[in-house]
Amino acid sequence: MPDIAFFTQTLLPALNRGLLVSLSLIIPAGVLGFLGGVALGCLRAFGPPPLQRLGDAYTALLRGVPLVVQLLMIYYALPGLGIYFEPYGAALTGFVLCTAAYQSEYVRGAIQSIRKGQMQAALALGFSKRGAVIWIIVPQAARRALPGCGNEIIYLIKYSSLAYLVTCMELMGEGKVVASDTFRFTEVFLTVGAYYLVMVTLAGWMLRCLERRFYVPGFGAA
Amino acid sequence: MMADLLRVEGIGKTLGGRRILNDCALSVNRGDLKVLIGPSGAGKSTLLQCINCLIPPDEGEIWLDGERLDRTNSAELCAFRAHVGMIFQDFNLFDHLPAGENVAIALRRVRGFSRAQARERALTELARVGLVDRAHLYPAQLSGGQRQRVAIARALAMDPRVILLDEPTSALDPELVGEVLSVIQELARGGMTMIMATHQVEFARVLATEILFMEHGVIIERGAPEALLAEGRASRTRDFCARLAEFRIND
Repeated sequence: MPDIAFFTQTLLPALNRGLLVSLSLIIPAGVLGFLGGVALGCLRAFGPPPLQRLGDAYTALLRGVPLVVQLLMIYYALPGLGIYFEPYGAALTGFVLCTAAYQSEYVRGAIQSIRKGQMQAALALGFSKRGAVIWIIVPQAARRALPGCGNEIIYLIKYSSLAYLVTCMELMGEGKVVASDTFRFTEVFLTVGAYYLVMVTLAGWMLRCLERRFYVPGFGAA
Repeated sequence: MMADLLRVEGIGKTLGGRRILNDCALSVNRGDLKVLIGPSGAGKSTLLQCINCLIPPDEGEIWLDGERLDRTNSAELCAFRAHVGMIFQDFNLFDHLPAGENVAIALRRVRGFSRAQARERALTELARVGLVDRAHLYPAQLSGGQRQRVAIARALAMDPRVILLDEPTSALDPELVGEVLSVIQELARGGMTMIMATHQVEFARVLATEILFMEHGVIIERGAPEALLAEGRASRTRDFCARLAEFRIND
């Protein structure tokens, strides 16, 4: 017989509190990371060569260092250089920087798959290069990158659980506190896992809706 | 002295160490249809793309309405391209936009039309090429001939002073060539100024004001079609056109 009171009075209130923090990390990090990834991807595909190389170096760095290490650096190492972050700020910064690097890789690949004639046709109509990228290339590349970018959002939901390492008390952090206070590891972590599973399932469903919303006959991966 | 609508002089281009164009010059007056003919790889396409600087020429000068184009000034270059329409061999419709939006987008984003104005103008131009009832379809839902007609409507919507056509029928199935040629013929009859690269010799014979024959990046012959293609005339152009016709028969 499971202990109903433990769930309703201790575990679920704590996890719901953590869930709100998790969502307030995931949603801004997902949006900012995606926009940053599009901007960075465009820069790496169309920017002046020095900026392209800078973008490549940024991506190589952010992809090359484990996210846990990045988070710990932001929270524990940057104060040594006089830069201080709140736990929430440190986690959000780390997630945005990291997810933008991955997103830029999907976007860059999608941009390179757009036929050269699309850019030529836009230029021939009098678009500036920037205008052609914004109005013609990005809308096509974003559609083509959507499945990859969605995958990255799913990863983001799961790696948001690392925020507790910088003392940002999100879902995983709250769960861990309850677990170590009550020693009910089984109930706590199974429930935490279920929370993430529900979040990921909902996100997957929303991404499929987005893909349908932006579906263009005969175009892209949708 | 520059009475011509569009004039290019001394256009040269080297790509990958290979000389693609050498000292090409041509000029068009209002209402002219100049046709570029020549074997594949002669540089017809490159010349057309040099004229609107999609491929920046290494040397040479371009004038539109007597004004010399400063190719290093990107705002001026954009304005110039907005006045010079281009039709591509493989259509290059914007794949993510329906036909109507393909025509409207440059009106909105380049010419600054409102959404409603652009929409109205787009439908007018699609009607002109006989596709007003296809405005909501995406490029992938249109036939090749329909796509090229949308591309022509897209160019016309910008009120171009001259249109460059780069083998507009070469990527089409034979039975679709006619519908595109008849749209171009309508334009020519309506006085639209055009420079067109094509292998459609009969079309050139009937409609061209001048034929320019290109080979190895050089314009080697030019003249009125009746002169160049006259029976018994020993021109390189006539020779080439005769061989094209022969191939068609053997085909």
